[in-house]
Amino acid sequence: MGNLSQEEAIEGLKKLLIHNDKDEQLSKELETKIEKLISELLGTTPHDCHPVRRILGGFQSFKTNKFDVYPELFSELAEHQTPKFLVFACCDSRVSPSNILDFQPGEAFMFRNIANLVPPFNQLRYSGVGAAIEYAVVHLNVKFTFIFRCGGIDRLMELPENGSTENDFIDDWVQIGLPAKAKVKAEFGHLPLEEQKRECEKEAVNLSLTNLQTYPYVRERMARKALALRGGYYDFVEGCFKLWEVKTIITTPIRS
Amino acid sequence: MSTNSPHFLSIQRLETLPFSVSPMAVPSPPFSLSKHSPSNPPSFLASNPSLDPSKAPVLRPRNAFGSEANLGRVEQTRLRLWNNLKTNSDLRLQASRELPGLTKELESDKSERMERIEHGTDLFDEMKQRFLSFKKHKYMQNLELYEKLAKDQAPKFMVIACADSRVCPSSILGFQPGEAFVVRNVANMVPPYENGPSETNAGLEFAVNSLKVENILVIGHSRCGGIRALMSMHDDVETSSLIGSWVSVGMNARVRTKAATKLLNFDQQCKHCEKESVNCSLVNLLTYPWVEEKVRNGELAIHGGYYDFVDCAFEKWTLDYKESNPIGKSGKVAVKDRAFWF
Repeated sequence: MGNLSQEEAIEGLKKLLIHNDKDEQLSKELETKIEKLISELLGTTPHDCHPVRRILGGFQSFKTNKFDVYPELFSELAEHQTPKFLVFACCDSRVSPSNILDFQPGEAFMFRNIANLVPPFNQLRYSGVGAAIEYAVVHLNVKFTFIFRCGGIDRLMELPENGSTENDFIDDWVQIGLPAKAKVKAEFGHLPLEEQKRECEKEAVNLSLTNLQTYPYVRERMARKALALRGGYYDFVEGCFKLWEVKTIITTPIRS
Repeated sequence: MSTNSPHFLSIQRLETLPFSVSPMAVPSPPFSLSKHSPSNPPSFLASNPSLDPSKAPVLRPRNAFGSEANLGRVEQTRLRLWNNLKTNSDLRLQASRELPGLTKELESDKSERMERIEHGTDLFDEMKQRFLSFKKHKYMQNLELYEKLAKDQAPKFMVIACADSRVCPSSILGFQPGEAFVVRNVANMVPPYENGPSETNAGLEFAVNSLKVENILVIGHSRCGGIRALMSMHDDVETSSLIGSWVSVGMNARVRTKAATKLLNFDQQCKHCEKESVNCSLVNLLTYPWVEEKVRNGELAIHGGYYDFVDCAFEKWTLDYKESNPIGKSGKVAVKDRAFWF
């Protein structure tokens, strides 16, 4: 190894990435170590303070570890994308679904916004979210919609009751979550505020799942089972993950 | 709601669940990741057959893992999944322990149940395995970092990128947890201040005023469907689609593109517009008073980026604020520190 140039060492490590076909758990560990070695050889490290060096290093690492390793995949993705998921996630820097759930390029059409809220269908407002839903559901034909929640609903819970706002845009946006806040206050108002916030985070996912169903193209595809809805909650304090689904129920008829 | 579809007749019984119930659909109790993991986790990339049982599996393993030489691992995983589905008698056993009425209901629709297995169970399993892998290989290996992040975040970047499945900033620029506050929308657009509240400028307000990020990076990309929709819009027809309403934010970019690229074909014009739209967003960023103030004081830098996933190249430039006055009137943006990585 000492006689190899840096380029030869990197090429050798890349070949290991391609041919590594042991069982899933071991391969993932090995893959992580190999990628780390390649990054060190390239002289790139995470959390580099200089912004331009940081993103240059990140791009080089991606090109070396992913793009060059799977050329056929990326050439197919260059022609078109067929993601199975539409994912709604928070902007929070700590909760990228690509990091936590290992979404690869081409898997998930991912919309990220503050507090991860999905407003109800409205042709005059909220066209940003609506555009994402319309594009993913109608044009990309995604099969699963996944709302991925994390902590950070603080501002919603702290909104003044008198309707005054400190922030022009944040407060207007998080008000979408007011029904969730009302439900939490009604059921868990006796709990400390911190615990109410945790309940509200989960309730906000359910509210967003409900709001999703107000979009006509979402309803239509759910009705013919072409689209399924899932909610998820990542607690980065405890390091745990919860996942649940939306089900429709047809009860047996009541006969007289 | 479709009144012809029997699936949406009124629900005569509402289940009591830990979370909210809806007249339309009911969220099931949360599935917490437990220790009872299946021994052979199916790979998501190989395991998603179409919801229509008559169609062949949609996702092709060859695409998921690159060259055909890599089929070995994926094929084994896919075969494991199908074997699990065929021999899985657990569901039937569980059903038989339920009330007789429910058992009858379940047994009467086996194909529907198999459909649920194919799309529900394997999805849950896949997500579970991925999360556990993240927890084992990343979270536990960097516990100190994650404990610190649990208290607070102090990202240096705010990134505005497209929701396109191929352009996740965490993937292509390697952002790790805590590094970048990421807003993703259709065609990575930033609406101007005068358009009023939206989810994008709510994120902008939080990142700049609360998190005090030092850099904003707007990343465009090749073959953007949103930009294509913008370039395809008819000049004098009002759009009724939400996509049309949203991408109209980039109308200035379209106008400038059409003026500058009359001799180019439509694909080339779209490529030009993808970059022009990034510049349009950079100009729109400066319409926010609290953004402009920080840029003027040197506390905040605004960058544009363009990811070309056809050739795997990344172009980046920085807004040169001093040269940019007056912003908006000429629409021209002065840039500096242009770099091209490939």
